[in-house]
Amino acid sequence: MTALLEVSNISKSFTGLRAVADVSFSVPQRSLFAVIGPNGAGKTTLFNLIAGVLKPDGGSITFGGARIDGLRSDQVCRRGIGRTFQLVRPFPALTVEENVMIGALLRHPDPSEALRRAHDVLWRLDLFDKRMQLAGALTLPDRKRLEVARALATEPKLLLLDEVMAGLRPTETDRMVEILKKLNRDGGLTILLIEHVMRAVMSLATHVLVLHHGAAIAEGAPEAVVRDPEVIRSYLGTEAV
Amino acid sequence: MIGRMVHDVPRHVLWLLGVLLAGLLVAPIFADDYLLTVLILILYFAYTGQAWNVLMGFAGQLSLGHALYVGLGAYAAAALYVHYGIGPWIGMPVAILISVASGAIIGFLAFRFGVAGVYFAILTIAFCEFARIGFDHFGWIGGSGGLFMPVSNHTQNDLLNLRGQPVMFYYVMLALTVIVFVLCHLLLRSRVGYFWQAIREDEEAARSLGIATFRYKMAAIVVSSAMTAPAGVFYAFYYNNLFPEQTFFILRSIEIILGPIIGGIGTLFGPVLGAFVITGLSEGLQELLTLYGFDTPGAKRLFYGVCLLLVVMVLPNGIWPPLARLLRLHRSRDTTGPQS
Repeated sequence: MTALLEVSNISKSFTGLRAVADVSFSVPQRSLFAVIGPNGAGKTTLFNLIAGVLKPDGGSITFGGARIDGLRSDQVCRRGIGRTFQLVRPFPALTVEENVMIGALLRHPDPSEALRRAHDVLWRLDLFDKRMQLAGALTLPDRKRLEVARALATEPKLLLLDEVMAGLRPTETDRMVEILKKLNRDGGLTILLIEHVMRAVMSLATHVLVLHHGAAIAEGAPEAVVRDPEVIRSYLGTEAV
Repeated sequence: MIGRMVHDVPRHVLWLLGVLLAGLLVAPIFADDYLLTVLILILYFAYTGQAWNVLMGFAGQLSLGHALYVGLGAYAAAALYVHYGIGPWIGMPVAILISVASGAIIGFLAFRFGVAGVYFAILTIAFCEFARIGFDHFGWIGGSGGLFMPVSNHTQNDLLNLRGQPVMFYYVMLALTVIVFVLCHLLLRSRVGYFWQAIREDEEAARSLGIATFRYKMAAIVVSSAMTAPAGVFYAFYYNNLFPEQTFFILRSIEIILGPIIGGIGTLFGPVLGAFVITGLSEGLQELLTLYGFDTPGAKRLFYGVCLLLVVMVLPNGIWPPLARLLRLHRSRDTTGPQS
């Protein structure tokens, strides 16, 4: 498998604190790649470096063969990377349909065509029936799926998901896992997710990267990573085994 | 074009618009001179409110200095007429160009260097103040002494040079208001309109969807300042005199935004409804007070204040949104979903 996203020796410091230190990994085409680690491990910083919200201090990020580090987030999106936010950020005064349509307008400038695309995405995310509701009035699980829908509407090759399972009940987590699996399997979408919910990671991920204090301490298949003594000591705790 | 304009507008909304427009078209037959001037004022504020609404209501950027674009438009067209005899319709593109240039400069400074929210509002006030002080010392356009248009008693309406009776000004202002209303309707349903709304709602989320927010915020201020300038041209030819102290006075900017705030920011009908309510009522109040022999020059401003207070407290989204729900004028938008 060829790598869609290649992160090499990337670093980012905030006034002396090394949030991400010399991290390298590559995300293969069509993989479901999970980044896990304890709070403060640098997961969200890493995520923001890829998404163009932050500029790295050093290292490079290559997407589809071209450098994307240092680009603005809108440019990163246009290259084909969609993202969600850890704390959901829907456009509250607009309808669910309009939220997703705005994402679709990126590739389909004609509003009626964008609306058609938005409807397709809403079907896939189980949100079609709620398309006329205001986004601000949705429940948290619906808003989480709306975030995914809106990002998907930009037709990304790589989808970055920042803790989309956080705050979901187990049944809703399973529902989200199913949706993501389907997107990966049927749509050929590559997904990079930051996740705390190990239940989701284990059933979803094909690759896992573990961050601790800004550094990568383990990488590989999920079953192998959770047995890694270093990972158990720093993150999972001995009771997880 | 027409098909796209009326697309997804419910039939009874079109009917309502038609009735409203017909009413406004025949109004001069029934209105006396005083009522006509009030109606002109209402249309003027409906127009400027609509233009301001593009920047604030659509794109979420609060300008408190829109008197700048009115003033620049007014002075540009008036100066061309007074000095070179160039008519207002040729002066208008020049006025728009000057207005857009100043809007683009303000926009560039603000959006390029991350001046947002309250600070952006202050920047717009500052530029309007620069203009006020600068024009006070600008001899070519009369300085603080004012710029006067040649006035004679017109029995004939000269539409080409905008010289004539109030009724002509009324129809010109009505035409401008209708044009800008239709333009705003098209904008709101276009790609740029949706991108503006995304930026208004959450700029970082908008950027994450590939929207080049700088470019679209620039577009908003350019469109808004361009739309505002013709109101200035009208103002100059209607009032026939311009003074920097009045034209660029901050109260002029505030008056522009009262209509949309009271009617409903970000809506199409808000600025129109707001202009009718605030100007209609305040002129009515003034008239009533004069009728009963009260000489209260500050009553209008006090009334503005009370109106603003009431709307902010009782209907923070303006009068239009609840009214629209009452009349079922919106596309079926369900707001009754569960709150979390």
